[in-house]
Amino acid sequence: MKALIIDDSRAMRMLLRRVVTGLGFEVLEAGNGQEALDVIAAGELPDVALIDWNMPVMNGLEFVSAMRANTETRAVTLMMVTTESERTQIVRALAAGAHEYLIKPFTEDALVSKLEMLGLLPVVV
Amino acid sequence: MTTVSTDDFTFVADFLRQRSAISIGPGKEYLVESRLTPLARDIGLADLNALIGELRRPFPDPSIRDRVVEAMTTNETSFFRDQHPFEAMRTTLVPQVIERNAGVRRLNIWSAASSTGQELYSIAMLLDSNFPELQNWDVTLMGTDLSTDVLARAREGRFSALEVNRGLPAPMMVRYFERAGAEYVVDANLRRWCTFKQMNLAEAWPVLPIFDIVFCRNVLIYFEIPVRQQILDKVRRTLTPGGHLLLGAAETTLGVVDGYSPVRIGNTVAYRVEA
Repeated sequence: MKALIIDDSRAMRMLLRRVVTGLGFEVLEAGNGQEALDVIAAGELPDVALIDWNMPVMNGLEFVSAMRANTETRAVTLMMVTTESERTQIVRALAAGAHEYLIKPFTEDALVSKLEMLGLLPVVV
Repeated sequence: MTTVSTDDFTFVADFLRQRSAISIGPGKEYLVESRLTPLARDIGLADLNALIGELRRPFPDPSIRDRVVEAMTTNETSFFRDQHPFEAMRTTLVPQVIERNAGVRRLNIWSAASSTGQELYSIAMLLDSNFPELQNWDVTLMGTDLSTDVLARAREGRFSALEVNRGLPAPMMVRYFERAGAEYVVDANLRRWCTFKQMNLAEAWPVLPIFDIVFCRNVLIYFEIPVRQQILDKVRRTLTPGGHLLLGAAETTLGVVDGYSPVRIGNTVAYRVEA
């Protein structure tokens, strides 16, 4: 399994990298939506993308729309990981094609529960 | 944090066994320290030693006594915890009840250690989103817990961002929750099915309805075997013939009590009360 972490905060990328690496994922990183599209265009198609909302150049919502509009990337699981916590924002992200939504700050077990419900991790009880 | 002495730990363990039938064994000193130190501060006492000193008085303050029991009760919970039991509800258990009770159109479900309500509200969301026919049924979802603090929170149906992050699928969140300040509140339409009551599983039970499905997950492990037997027997008598009990993954009725038949449904085991 390959996870693409898209966040303009290096500290957040490092934190997410530590957690998902511990869960057995191979990790790719990008500092914004356009960088993430470039990583994918270079041949690295992830199973899941963890996407910040507010980033320079291309924000997370634009990235989600671009991924869903392209037949080659449409199957990638998309999860927003953002401080945007208004219900209307969550509705917008889901309407654009995001599959899940994790509000920052989050606990490690919350991230795990989201990956479980997306079928990317086995449910361990 | 104050370290609890062996003598004090034994005293607290005995106190809990008498008051709530909750059993904490050796090695759980950290639990006493981590749960009761904040409580001591909250009450205005100097530290854990002072709190245990209060409990050791010949006639301890009943409110302090109750708060110690509450603080020692585990409240770990999340929406759709463990997923599999909810999948069993969706695929098998609820359709069975709908078929069996079609004449009376009544569905009763009990969450026997409901904590802050995530389990009961998860059940409500599952019913509302998968079984539209229940809109015309008499549906009662009852949550009970030992702790009045957590029940007050459950009744309000208010959850922090950290709580809604845990196990709640985003489509469910936008469908059933409204933002209220920094928190998220369960939709009133969903809450109409839900009631919460204080109840100690280890003491005398009030009169309860007959239930179709009972969730009693991850609570029996805190009781000693004779108390587990009593609780499981009493749960069996509250279940309708053909009704099901759902336990935590590490719990079973096998070798503890008779009268239940384990039924595997997907990745979970439900315990059926025979007709």
